[in-house]
Amino acid sequence: MNAHVDRHGLAAVRDDGIARGDVLLSVRNVSLAFGGVKAITDISFDIRKGEIRAIIGPNGAGKTSMLNVINGFYTPQQGSITFRGVERRAMKPHHAVRQGIARTFQNVALFKGMSTLDNIMTGRSTLMKRNIGWQMLWHGPALAEEIEHRKAVEEIIDFLEIQHIRRTPVGRLPYGLQKRVELGRALAMEPSLLLLDEPMAGMNLEEKEDMSRFILDVNRQRGTTVALIEHDIGVVMDLSDRIVVLDYGRKIADGTPGEVKNDQAVIDAYLGVAH
Amino acid sequence: MTHGAATLDTFPKYLLLNAERFGDLPAMRHKDFGIWQSWTWREQLAEVRAFALGLETLGVGHGTKVAVVGANRPRLYWAIAALQSLRAIPVPVYADAVADEMAYVLNHAGVVMAIVQDQEQVDKVLTCAEQIPGLGTLIYDEPRGLADYDHGRLKSFEEMQDTGRALMASDPAAARRWEEAVRAGSAQDVSIMLYTSGTTGRSKGVMIHSGPAVAATRDTVAFDRLSEKDSVLAYLPLAWVGDHYLNYAQAYVSGFCMNCPESQETVAQDLREIAPTFYFAPPRIFESLLTMVTIRMEDAGRFKQRLFDRFVAHARKYGEAILEGRPVPLLARLVYRLGEVMVYGPLKNVLGLSNIRVAYTAGEAIGEDLFSFFRSLGINLKQLYGQTEAFLYVTAQEDGKVRADAVGPAAPNVDIRISDGGEVLFKSPGMFTGYYLDDERTREVMTEEGYIRTGDAGFFDKDGQLRIIDRAKDVGRLDSGALFAPKYIENMLKFYPNIKEAVAFGDGRAFCGAFINIDLTAVGNWAERNNISYASYQELAGHPEVYEMIARHVDEANQKLSREPMMAGAQIHRFLILHKELDADDGELTRTQKVRRGFIAERYAPLIEALYDGSREKRVETEVTYEDGRKGRIRANVRIADARVYDAAVETAHKEAAE
Repeated sequence: MNAHVDRHGLAAVRDDGIARGDVLLSVRNVSLAFGGVKAITDISFDIRKGEIRAIIGPNGAGKTSMLNVINGFYTPQQGSITFRGVERRAMKPHHAVRQGIARTFQNVALFKGMSTLDNIMTGRSTLMKRNIGWQMLWHGPALAEEIEHRKAVEEIIDFLEIQHIRRTPVGRLPYGLQKRVELGRALAMEPSLLLLDEPMAGMNLEEKEDMSRFILDVNRQRGTTVALIEHDIGVVMDLSDRIVVLDYGRKIADGTPGEVKNDQAVIDAYLGVAH
Repeated sequence: MTHGAATLDTFPKYLLLNAERFGDLPAMRHKDFGIWQSWTWREQLAEVRAFALGLETLGVGHGTKVAVVGANRPRLYWAIAALQSLRAIPVPVYADAVADEMAYVLNHAGVVMAIVQDQEQVDKVLTCAEQIPGLGTLIYDEPRGLADYDHGRLKSFEEMQDTGRALMASDPAAARRWEEAVRAGSAQDVSIMLYTSGTTGRSKGVMIHSGPAVAATRDTVAFDRLSEKDSVLAYLPLAWVGDHYLNYAQAYVSGFCMNCPESQETVAQDLREIAPTFYFAPPRIFESLLTMVTIRMEDAGRFKQRLFDRFVAHARKYGEAILEGRPVPLLARLVYRLGEVMVYGPLKNVLGLSNIRVAYTAGEAIGEDLFSFFRSLGINLKQLYGQTEAFLYVTAQEDGKVRADAVGPAAPNVDIRISDGGEVLFKSPGMFTGYYLDDERTREVMTEEGYIRTGDAGFFDKDGQLRIIDRAKDVGRLDSGALFAPKYIENMLKFYPNIKEAVAFGDGRAFCGAFINIDLTAVGNWAERNNISYASYQELAGHPEVYEMIARHVDEANQKLSREPMMAGAQIHRFLILHKELDADDGELTRTQKVRRGFIAERYAPLIEALYDGSREKRVETEVTYEDGRKGRIRANVRIADARVYDAAVETAHKEAAE
């Protein structure tokens, strides 16, 4: 039974033809402005397959904008983004999802009135192959497909240990569990790149520990590449393989946790410096 | 059929029999990935056989001791059966035991192998592996998270089964040899070694032999008429005698289906889905069920509330009589039938108790109100009294002869005696043969005539039902020579929702006195409704009207005590309401919320003095520890109130007088 987890669970990351450790996504000289406000200025970095990559920076540094650029919500005025070897500039978020980028949000964005199970099932919608006519008929091939999707979702439920809230409307769940359900929905998309926008914001220590463990497990057991924004520096240093630091829309540092921790520019940005 | 009842003296023999007689009936279910997966008896036999043959290749055989650690999972139950089939000795260990305790048990039992549930248990065993020199292979059920571990000594359950299956494929005689070995199994083999939970000192390994274990199980299966049509939800700790007996042993003997929940958190939902016919739960679970129902009814609409109150009141009046088949007026019967459709049925359905044929509770005293609530809904809830040393059953109540304040007559073929000191002694078909490697302790609990001391004090009442009053060592005598059982009195007081804790004193004293803690939620609620304002627990506890209320409860308790010849002498003469709540942080309660009577007596010595010297008020100062560890002091004037005492002999006259 748990063998299922291994069989399907580990296969749940897409085979995108990129070897572990090679560049999965690269951002080159990207700039983004809203009118006169420059949110991101000339930023370049890459995300390698199989790693946990953190984006950190003080408030307003442009972290969420960066995430929105990666998943196609914003189109940068300059620069290019290469994902799985294909360069792109403008794209719709649902294309990003089809290509294998899934994300969670800073503020939980779930369907509050729907159950945990149904919320995670929505993550499968872009993977459904039968058209809406079949879906409405809910018979034959559509039903068979639905069963397959349900299986995948049950594996995620098992993986995140949320069996006991399977049928509970998410609006009734505590915040920490809602965050976990949101992670589940993102995982249901079987992403090759998972973007997490402050997965631990507003959590207590215990919930943070749980979440950290799940992020590590997602990365290790399912082989999913993770890019995350997080304010808890302790968590970031422990979790991530490499960190990129932004300040006022510019990249000020990039490297392993050890390198970043001792970088003078980073210390200045966080502690402030006399101008 | 080749099996006569006489040769059925091990559980694996029953496995073979059940695969024949109930081959296509479900033996085991487990909810996994949201679906109830099930195995028939024939499939269960195949699973156990494959695993047993795999184990055999690792050298497991007659007398090999193997630990089984984890939650209620089919594979762990199969592991127990597989071990028994090889005449090895399964040693189940509490899954929530900390590493130290686990190391002690594993070492003491001399286990050479452990079959564990998951990574958590693997980690725990590995951290203390150095302290367990004899321990070799670890077999795990769930592979999750174990991929990076050194697989030199780790093996998966599946791997072992594959080995067994490969063996059968290459050597067709292997399966037959295994079956023959099972049939040759002996009643003299140790069937299981159950470690006591160790609340009183180090845990002890209770050895239960096959023959007695099967004999005891056969008795209770017949007693409750269990059959292959029944089902249970196996949610109790795997290492506890209750789970092993009620679920595992009874399943093998009767052929009923065991259902394993998805996880500990989903038990309530799984219960509802399975709707078992046989159910066991300690009183506190029934209490939390009732609390949940009450709270949810308070949130319900007016109409539903009134409907609920109306029908529950009706059930309280007639429900138990209908359940027991006593005469009930036709109209009341019809109304009850209507209530079944409108209220009781849906309520039982929500609780997962729709199909209950037999339910038991045990472990501690259960409140009369709580007990009769469930019975009035038509749930055949009964009490039993048991011990690991007895392989569970010592007494059990018969259908229709059920009471809240007693635990029933001796279970079938059990012989009970009350020692001169009031201690309950028993001899039972399933009783243990001794503690493993601890003859001294064995001699302590076993009398020369072969009876086992329970450590509990009790007596038989006029219906022939046993009543457990307290731990034998806590029972004392008043100066008058009357029996004084503190816990019995405390429990009687605690059943009032307004009383949270009670501590009774009286051993070697002139009369019985009591400290009382009010329940801040219940009494606070009452105060709110009666416009009584208060600022703190201390103020509310000292309020004259609260004293009056508690005095009424004490009075009622005294009346009840006076009706019991054994207890009438220990009525409460004087009581006081403590100025602070008893708290584990101050050492007044154990971490499991039991009162530490001796410590409290010492700490509040001036108050005890005041109880017995007749003073009406006493000024005290007490040190308290706050949750963050800081200490403070509280001062208070505590009032001591007198209670009315009833005459034991002429009870009816007094009852009227009291009203």
